[in-house]
Amino acid sequence: MKPFRNLLEKIKPNFEKGGKLEKFYPAYNAFETFLFVPGHTAPANGAHVRDAIDLKRTMILVVVSLIPCLLFGMWNVGYQHYRALGIADASFIDNFIFGAIKVMPIVIVSYAVGLGVEFTFAIIRKHQVNEGFLVTGMLIPLILPVDIPLWMVAIATIFAVVIGKEVFGGTGMNILNPALTARVFLFFAYPTKMSGTDVWVNTQVQKGQQVVDGFSGATPLGDAASGFSDKIPGVWQSFVGIIPGSIGETSALACLIGAAILIYTGIGSWRIILSVFVGGFVMATIFNLFGLNTLMQLSPIHHLVLGGFAFGAVFMATDPVTATQTNTGKYMYGFLIGLLAILLRVFNPAYPEGMMLAILFMNVMAPLIDHYVVQANIRRRLKRAKI
Amino acid sequence: MSNYIKLKRGLNIKLAGEADKTISTLPLPETVAIKPHNFIGVTPKLLVKQGDEVQAGTPLFYDKGNEAVKFCSPVSGEVIEIIRGEKRKLLEVRILADKETTYVDFDRVNPANLTRDAIIQAILNSGVWPFIRQRPFGIIANPREKPKSVFISAFDTNPLAPDNDFIIEQDGEDFETGLDALQKLTDGKVHLNIHADKTALKVFTGAKGVQINTFSGPHPAGNVGVQIHHIDAVNKGEVVWCVYPQDVVVIGRLFNKGRFNASRVIALTGSHVEKPKYYTTIVGGAIKNIIADGGLKNGKNRIISGNVLTGKQISADGYLDFYDTQITVIPEGDEPEFMGWLMPGLSKFSISRSFFSWLTPNKKYDLNTNLHGEERPFVVTGEYEKVFPMDIYPVQLLKSILVEDIELMEKLGIYEVVEEDFALCEFICTSKIESQDIIQRGLELVRKEMG
Repeated sequence: MKPFRNLLEKIKPNFEKGGKLEKFYPAYNAFETFLFVPGHTAPANGAHVRDAIDLKRTMILVVVSLIPCLLFGMWNVGYQHYRALGIADASFIDNFIFGAIKVMPIVIVSYAVGLGVEFTFAIIRKHQVNEGFLVTGMLIPLILPVDIPLWMVAIATIFAVVIGKEVFGGTGMNILNPALTARVFLFFAYPTKMSGTDVWVNTQVQKGQQVVDGFSGATPLGDAASGFSDKIPGVWQSFVGIIPGSIGETSALACLIGAAILIYTGIGSWRIILSVFVGGFVMATIFNLFGLNTLMQLSPIHHLVLGGFAFGAVFMATDPVTATQTNTGKYMYGFLIGLLAILLRVFNPAYPEGMMLAILFMNVMAPLIDHYVVQANIRRRLKRAKI
Repeated sequence: MSNYIKLKRGLNIKLAGEADKTISTLPLPETVAIKPHNFIGVTPKLLVKQGDEVQAGTPLFYDKGNEAVKFCSPVSGEVIEIIRGEKRKLLEVRILADKETTYVDFDRVNPANLTRDAIIQAILNSGVWPFIRQRPFGIIANPREKPKSVFISAFDTNPLAPDNDFIIEQDGEDFETGLDALQKLTDGKVHLNIHADKTALKVFTGAKGVQINTFSGPHPAGNVGVQIHHIDAVNKGEVVWCVYPQDVVVIGRLFNKGRFNASRVIALTGSHVEKPKYYTTIVGGAIKNIIADGGLKNGKNRIISGNVLTGKQISADGYLDFYDTQITVIPEGDEPEFMGWLMPGLSKFSISRSFFSWLTPNKKYDLNTNLHGEERPFVVTGEYEKVFPMDIYPVQLLKSILVEDIELMEKLGIYEVVEEDFALCEFICTSKIESQDIIQRGLELVRKEMG
């Protein structure tokens, strides 16, 4: 550790006031604090000891909780690929390696571009590089289809960081979830690369290989929206996630492992996660009563394990900055996300995956919910004063 | 009749260095200092000059804003130094203490036989009044006002806090007299709040003429602000007075013995004290002898007058703050830590389970003063609420202060809180936001607005 420290101390004067590279201090500071938790001590007044947690730890734990989704996604990309080509004897390792080769470039582009933008903004606006992108950089690849061109990943990331976050003042100030901003941008700007039947499974063939007859790369929700109820995989298969879809979203199981980590460590809000599932369950049950089309007939549990529902509930809805801030509000916010997601799924055949839009819509509504929750508290106080 | 209030939200920070249950009687400190900045909102007007001889009970200065409120010397001796800061602001009045204290004589009377006005006069004249403070704002009570109730928290839940059961035991009689006097000050009740597990002393549990309320739960259950919130919440325009148990004893001594005797027992605590235990000293006493007797461990230490959550850093030749009954010594944490945010963190304390220290829930921690991160905007939500057992939205209140919206502060409950109520929020904050400082600014804004 000492050599690192010495090196940092040696180059530090260049970045401090009056140094040659003064402008780049935020970049230097980001690296320094990345390597070393600074020796800053509590002020002479106030709490002299502090909890060991900081935003870096919080964010890295969210990244850790995303790892099951990432690993499963890699395997599933390979599995779906070999299945489409009719290669039955592809081993677990084959699947995983194929997936890793496809997925890692997307992850790398997302992080490289996103952090590049973050550093640029930090230097221009002279603020510190914020940790928020550690998570966003991992979320973006996981909610994209595997066949997305890398340049689109780059543009979407830039759009998400600049328009989704920095224009509002950086992490903690944004209104919309940055990762979903990236996805919604791609969805409306390049719909052919974000929906349909051709993007979810990689069907690139090498010499001597060919896609099997009658293969469809549609997601289960796509099939359901088209009324192919017989093509929808079973609940168990959907729960484990062996279905086509965005890279990291298919496995409800992996999402639940992530949820367990988030809730146990106290980082993620169980209130939101729980109420999203409850909201979705309630809405799907109501639709079951009518059962007018395939999606309405789908059982509630099945709804919850298909598509991006579980992933959105665990990793997107819980983003503390864009969610409601009050505990009461969190129940309402989560419930409405679940409700709207299923509602959009069923009533919007053009876009069977409603989770993204439901969360973004509720991101916008979150301050309103909080407003009413806080107003209720104010009214309680006023009422008490009169008695 | 007894109320039982069960608090769930909060956090006990388990620190190493609890004081041993023995009291060491040291000779009176050589010097004593009264620091006007211990009294929020007081503009001091000096009554003595360097070289003056004073007795215990001789006024040193009074409050320009409220001339009846006098601040008296707790010892007899010579005013050796008057320390002023920028713009001649009065910082400290230091007194070289006599070996034997001589006291100004006040009347020895039974407060039960006195009128409210007579009691207030007696307390004001003797310099005991500053021990009575009020909510809102946590300032010294205004003797012209009548509080709707008086609150005494018989237990302290702060980290390593002194045990009032142990301290008050020998002063039971004075404590009772003090209670008698306080009962005359309000038309409402005097609430004596005890802890379900921590309080067993008969003086508290068997106190007469007062309302006894039992609390259970972790810190901040012992904070009087939390107790007021749950029993007799302060609304706009209302005032509640509060007194610390040892200060009730000081009031009692005034009536029993006719003296301003502000001697007290304090706890020397903290992981960097060799022999943490209790000491007798006096309000504003120099801490030099206590530190020397208790012994400090090697290394860079931070000496705090008060506890680790709300205290003030003082130097080794400094003085105890006026209201404090505790000295805490912990190591400074100014060493950068390699990849500290990535390590398992078995010895790191966190309310979250984000470090693997959750494997050892009963461990006592040797925490240093490191911030463990840099300040950030509010990001994580719902964490303050876990340690804030009041029906108030802490983050929303802090934000209303940041935008200086006084009306909103009022609506969100600024009158019910003081800095110490946000100490745990500050402790657990992921974004390392100085919430106690923000609350102080908010209280000051509202106080100035009200004139």
